[in-house]
Amino acid sequence: MALYSQKVMDHFRHPRNVGSIENADGIGEVGNGKCGDIMRMYLKIDNDIISDVKFETFGCGSAIASSSMATEMIKGKPLAEVMKLTNKAVTEALDGLPTHKLHCSVLAEEAIRAAVQDYCSKNNLEYNF
Amino acid sequence: MIYADNAATTKMSRSAINAMLSCMENFWGNPSSLYDFGQKAAENLNRAREIIANCIGANSSEIYFTSGGSEADNQALISAAAIGEKHGKRHIISTAFEHHAILHTLKKLERKGFEIELLDVHEDGIISPQQVGEAIREDTCLVTVMFANNEIGTVQPIEEIGKICRAKKVLFHTDAVQAAGHLPINVQTQNIDMLSISAHKFHGAKGTGILYARKGIPLTNLIEGGAQEKGKRAGTENLPAVMAMATALKDACDNMTDNNAKILALREKLIDGLAKIPHSTLNGDRNNRLPGNVSFCFEGIEGESLLLLLDDKGICASSGSACTSGSLDPSHVLLAIGRPHEIAHGSLRLTIDENNTAEEIDCIIKSVGEVVEYLRSISPLWKDKISGKREFILS
Repeated sequence: MALYSQKVMDHFRHPRNVGSIENADGIGEVGNGKCGDIMRMYLKIDNDIISDVKFETFGCGSAIASSSMATEMIKGKPLAEVMKLTNKAVTEALDGLPTHKLHCSVLAEEAIRAAVQDYCSKNNLEYNF
Repeated sequence: MIYADNAATTKMSRSAINAMLSCMENFWGNPSSLYDFGQKAAENLNRAREIIANCIGANSSEIYFTSGGSEADNQALISAAAIGEKHGKRHIISTAFEHHAILHTLKKLERKGFEIELLDVHEDGIISPQQVGEAIREDTCLVTVMFANNEIGTVQPIEEIGKICRAKKVLFHTDAVQAAGHLPINVQTQNIDMLSISAHKFHGAKGTGILYARKGIPLTNLIEGGAQEKGKRAGTENLPAVMAMATALKDACDNMTDNNAKILALREKLIDGLAKIPHSTLNGDRNNRLPGNVSFCFEGIEGESLLLLLDDKGICASSGSACTSGSLDPSHVLLAIGRPHEIAHGSLRLTIDENNTAEEIDCIIKSVGEVVEYLRSISPLWKDKISGKREFILS
C-alpha cells in the first residue's frame, strides 16, 4: 500500500486554492520552520461568509494536501460552520492520513482558526467560537 | 524510471543473480552435512569466503557471514564491549553521525554501564584523527568510526584513525557498508580490527553481509544454535546470497577504477547543475566523498514534498527530512554537521552508480530545479525570505 491515499496525492499534486489574497480580511499562520511545517491561510469574508480562501504551505505532502482539502471544505461557508471544522473531518475527507502525519490536519484546523481570530480582532469582533 | 538511490539499495548485477541461481540449482545442500553433496556446498561457501577476504586484504578465517550490515555492526560493538569489560574498560568512542545500527547499539551499551563518547563532526563531514587521538583514554575499549557516511557520503581518514588506535592498543571498528565495493579497502594497511559490510549496497542480494574480525578477536554470539561460522553465528548459511555477494564484491573491486571514473564525472556534473539553484548548499566536503553521493539542502522547502514530486517525474531519490524519517527531527547527520533544523528539512540525497547516464543526470538537474521552484512558490517561508521579512540562511 502506498504511504498516502489517492485523495491525499490528488490534493498534493493539484492543490486547490493555493496562493495568497491581497487585502485579506484574516490571515492565520501556524507551525514553524524548525518542525518542518508552516501553514498560512488567507480569508476573504463577506457577511460572515468565507467568500474566498487561499493557502501557502511549507511542509510535507500531507501538510500541503491537508491545507488544500481544508480550504475546499470552508469556501462559501458561514463562519459559525467554518469554526466547527475539525482535523478529524479534514483527515476523513482525505480518506485518512498515516498516524505520524495526523498533526498536519491539526495544523490545517489551527491555521483556519488563527485566520478567523485575526479577522475578529481586526474588526473588533468578539471571537466567541 | 531514473534510479538515484543506490545508498538505499542497488540493483542486483546479472553475474550476482547468476551466481545465486546456480547455487540454488546446483549447490542447495546444507554445508554442514557430511555427505559429498553437502560438502560441495561447504566448498562453495569457503570459496566465497576466500574471494571476499581477498577483496579486503583479510584472511578467509577472519570473515563471518551475517544477515547484513546492521547485524555485523551489532556483533562488532557488543563483542568489543565484552572484551573491554573483561579488562575493566568501559569507554567507547564513536561519532555523532554514525548509522543507527551503531548509535542504537551504543545506546544499549550505555544502559549497561558503558560510557559512550560521540565525537563532533566538522561542517565538512569529516572526523579528524586528532579528535580520536585526544579522546582515547586508559579505559577506552573501542573506537568505531564509519568508513563513509550514508547520507552525505564523506569519507573518513580510516587509515590514520586505525594507526592511532593501534598505537594506543584500542580496538578499531569501521562500518564500511557504504564504502565496500566503491572505495579500496585493505584491513591490513588501513589498520582495521573489525569491519562491517552489506551485500546489497554493491549489487549483491539483500539480507547478507559480513563481519570481518581480525584473528584473535573473540566474538560474542548474537544468535545461538549450531556451530556455523566457527560457532559465532548460528543458522544454516544463506549460501545463494553469499555466493552472489562474493561475485558482486569481486566484480565491484575488479572494475572499481573504471566505474568510479564514470560515476565521478556524472557526480561532478550533477553537483554543478544543482549548485546553480539559488539558496542551496552541498552537504559534506566536495571532493572527499563517495564517488556516487550528492547531498543537497534547498532553503524554503521540505524534503518529502520534493521526493514525492520527483517520484511523479520518475526519479527515485531520498531525503533526510523529518517526514521521511518517521520522527519529528530531521536527519541526525545533517544536524551533526551543523545544518539548522529548517535547512535540514529541505534535504535531498541522490546516489548514482555506473548504470546512470549523462542524459539521466540532465533530467535530474532539470526536474529538481522545477520542483524546488514550484515548492518555493507555494511556501510561506520562501515568500518571507524573498520579501525580506525573514533572513536567508543559505547564500
